[in-house]
Amino acid sequence: MIELKNISKTFKVAKRNAGFTEALKALFKKEYALIKALQDVSFTIGDGEMVGYIGPNGAGKSSTIKIMSGILTPDSGECLINGRTPWKDRINHVKDIGVVFGQRSQLWWDVPVADSFDLIKDIYKVDEVPFRKNLNKLTELLDLGEIIRTPARQLSLGQRMRCEIAASLLHNPKVLFLDEPTIGLDAVSKIAVRDFIKTINRENKTTVILTTHDMQDIEALTERILLIGKGRILLDGTLSELKKRYCDHKTLTVDYFGDILPACDHMTVFKDLGGHAELVIDTSFLSVSQAIAYISGVVDVKDMSVVGETAEEMVVSLYKEFKI
Amino acid sequence: MRLYLKYVSMILKCQMQYKASFIMTIIGQFLVSFTSFLGVYFMFSRFNSVYGFAFSEVLLCFSVVLMAFSITECFVRGFDVFPRLIKSGDLDRILVRPRNEIFQVLTSNIDFSRFGRLFQAVLMLVYAIPASGVVWTFEKAAAVIFMLIGGIAVFSALFVLYAGISFFTIEGLEFMNIFTDGSREFGKYPLSIYGEGILRFFTFIIPIALFQYYPLLYIIGKSDNPTYIFLPLLGFIFIIPCYLFFKFGVRKYKSTGS
Repeated sequence: MIELKNISKTFKVAKRNAGFTEALKALFKKEYALIKALQDVSFTIGDGEMVGYIGPNGAGKSSTIKIMSGILTPDSGECLINGRTPWKDRINHVKDIGVVFGQRSQLWWDVPVADSFDLIKDIYKVDEVPFRKNLNKLTELLDLGEIIRTPARQLSLGQRMRCEIAASLLHNPKVLFLDEPTIGLDAVSKIAVRDFIKTINRENKTTVILTTHDMQDIEALTERILLIGKGRILLDGTLSELKKRYCDHKTLTVDYFGDILPACDHMTVFKDLGGHAELVIDTSFLSVSQAIAYISGVVDVKDMSVVGETAEEMVVSLYKEFKI
Repeated sequence: MRLYLKYVSMILKCQMQYKASFIMTIIGQFLVSFTSFLGVYFMFSRFNSVYGFAFSEVLLCFSVVLMAFSITECFVRGFDVFPRLIKSGDLDRILVRPRNEIFQVLTSNIDFSRFGRLFQAVLMLVYAIPASGVVWTFEKAAAVIFMLIGGIAVFSALFVLYAGISFFTIEGLEFMNIFTDGSREFGKYPLSIYGEGILRFFTFIIPIALFQYYPLLYIIGKSDNPTYIFLPLLGFIFIIPCYLFFKFGVRKYKSTGS
């Protein structure tokens, strides 16, 4: 159970203009700007939930993750994770969590990954038997067989990321924080990582909190979405709800024999070149199948395609609506 | 402790990956401290004594300070390069692991190439022990050992203090090197030669004289005060404020972006 109540965090950032004289000036007198990274952030996440935490760059995603993982101390507010306040009881708290920072490694660079795993086992005081069992399972699920005998510096990004995720799960955490886990991965690795996250969430009931800019991650993984912008939680809802709200239009492209395609109710002709038309339908009143039935009734259809708004476009319209 | 040894073997494995570089650095370390030994040697070949201290007596002092410093630099290296941990964001990784922060910073970096310097210090000490003309007793031998332990304590505390300051500046403050590398360099000579003011500063503010000057006086027979034997152990008290300051820094930690 994760509970955040009115968490606020302000950073003091030194500011100066570009240029050498400015740099010289800054040496003697620094100007500071206060940046409100988080303002009154509150939410609750239940056990075994999988939540996508989205927002543009600099919205406060990483700061929230860092507060929840005990790295940062907020200025005010309460945060309870499994009954503990992360920054007050750091050592006991982090035993129960796993953290993957997509852009930072937790593996020792110059030794085989297996050696890193072994050291992590001792850091977390995991017993030999459950460790072996867990490692075998992770090796199988993430296909790490050969990889773990290779030094981390020689791994490809996708291989390394799989190892990073395995490393953060060796101690069987109850909560897993993933900060951009698919950043820079190719399609195959992305899908492998996603499948894996789904599996552990289902089988171990691990609570997963995922920040990402890749909307396909969100679509593939999470039911619930938290949207943050300028340090505030703007939206907390399920993906399908959001889709209903923001994806109520679909575009139909039709190639047909004939001169003109007359529109019906809740359908607007965006473009009609005679033989090729683009139509926009309002799906809250007219379903796609109804529209197709109508069109094939009035003209002889050669080819037709339906394009809905993608999750990516949905997020853009979300950002626009909240002006973030 | 078992975990510490595991870390040590891990770091050793990592450093051994680059064998040539590792060995060259050890040799380099040896040569650097050897030149500073030559500096002392040539000075004494012109002047027979400095403020009443003979060459072998200075060498005794120099070797113990260098030994304490190189041991500290080897095992407390994590604090010496602490600004790097902050800048690279590796401190975040340390904070999400269920172990004490001090322990993890210590094990983030152990620099075995400092053994080159340590080797130099051992050679000097081996030479200075018979050459100093000291009549060795149990008390005097204990004083040397306490000098070494106290020295490690004070240098470690300085490194921790240095790391604590870098929480507030991100960049390490170069002036702090006056107290870390600098005290190794002044520490070559008994601190009294620099004058009364400096001696007081290094007794009461940054307690380098506690492990360097006072026990040396006792060992070479310039003082009969037996409390001087135990004075180096007071250096451990200096760790407390430095540690608290570091802890305070962790609370104020800002982390880097991403």
